[in-house]
Amino acid sequence: MSTEITTDVVVIGAGPCGLFAAFELGLLDLKCHFVDILDRPGGQCAELYPEKPIYDIPGFPVVTGQQLTDNLMAQIAPFSPEFHFNRMVNSIVKQDDGSFKLTTDADEVFHAKVVVIAAGGGSFQPKRPPVDGIEAYENKSVFYSVRKMDDFRGQDVVIVGGGDSALDWTLNLQPIVNSLTLVHRRAVFKAAPASVNKMQELVAEGKINFLTGQIGKLDGADGQLTHVHLTTDAGDLAVPATRLLPFFGLTMKLGPVADWGLELNDNTIVVDTEKFQTSVPGIFAIGDINAYPGKLKLILSGFHEAALMAQAAKAIVAPGERVVFQYTTSSTKLQKKLGVA
Amino acid sequence: MKILVTDQAGVDHELEGLEGWRVMEVIRDWGLNIKAECGGALSCATCHVYVDKDWLDVVGPPSDEEEDMLDSVGDVRPNSRLSCQLLMSDALDGLKLTLAPSAAKD
Repeated sequence: MSTEITTDVVVIGAGPCGLFAAFELGLLDLKCHFVDILDRPGGQCAELYPEKPIYDIPGFPVVTGQQLTDNLMAQIAPFSPEFHFNRMVNSIVKQDDGSFKLTTDADEVFHAKVVVIAAGGGSFQPKRPPVDGIEAYENKSVFYSVRKMDDFRGQDVVIVGGGDSALDWTLNLQPIVNSLTLVHRRAVFKAAPASVNKMQELVAEGKINFLTGQIGKLDGADGQLTHVHLTTDAGDLAVPATRLLPFFGLTMKLGPVADWGLELNDNTIVVDTEKFQTSVPGIFAIGDINAYPGKLKLILSGFHEAALMAQAAKAIVAPGERVVFQYTTSSTKLQKKLGVA
Repeated sequence: MKILVTDQAGVDHELEGLEGWRVMEVIRDWGLNIKAECGGALSCATCHVYVDKDWLDVVGPPSDEEEDMLDSVGDVRPNSRLSCQLLMSDALDGLKLTLAPSAAKD
């Protein structure tokens, strides 16, 4: 049975701009729920460059992606936003009363008066290796994650990659498979040293194969793989394989956003610059995912967009209510909301 | 200064670049098929290019960190580079390269 959640605002994407939106919305007494495909807040800042310095956040001469995320989480804590991680919004349907019904791939249903899309470059999805025809095998014999170990029991498995995912699954699946070949383009791994050592022991014991090379062609029929062709230093070879697990990290894809009936421009959502509203009233888009004349994909632009969007969102959630513009420095009312007065 | 870029479809483009720009930025600003999703932070590998063999000595080898990022694409060749790590300069005037399949937008 699906979970039903009713709230003022659903924010799609818990990156820096989405997180700051919860602050601006919170000051206006609007309650937020976040939906994000990652397992933690921060979006690109957390997934792509948590340790990289950012130099253009106003007031911070230097801050890392992770620090910025942590600070934003602390800043919005007084408003107790709720987070729904590891899931994706599949559909948004406008209801007769003007509200929106959103469904996720985790079988939740949200009812919200306002939707804010702060999805950056889209949703993070596994990188598909550039191999012809690989789509036909996906979810049948090519997988980008292991959901059920049993799907690999007794199989001839090829794992590709040199990071923690590739190494961890090599170690975890080895005891239950028929054969396992780890393929990486070089004999250098960017994974926990203990895992690398363990993998090398398994190779030495003859329990798994390790080959330096890259995957080329796939053989099989009806989605069922039989062989993976490899280009290796020792020449081309075909390895018997009934399962292939490529681990090349994540990339951003626009995903279901394209199907929500919004006006798009080259994979971004067209908005106005007063409210940052999309072509569907009540659905807003802020941060890297929106498009307007002069748009700069900067975090600080997204913060500005969040503030203006919040004013417009308030007018939708509480029509007719007069909103007095106030500063957090001087307003006891706002300070009470922040828990500091 | 100019760079000569062959895209994934085999079409040649002559692009005007400016001193100090990243080669990725030149390719992206001219609207070619390059995803470059992290914006030049050396945090993805979606600006992957193959450098023409005559230019390999001029551009030099990738750094260790760049090599690590190249692990996340499946079409690495000996002449692979991430174009966000190549800075336009007089020395690179006329640089020839080809966009890798893994650099393509969706």
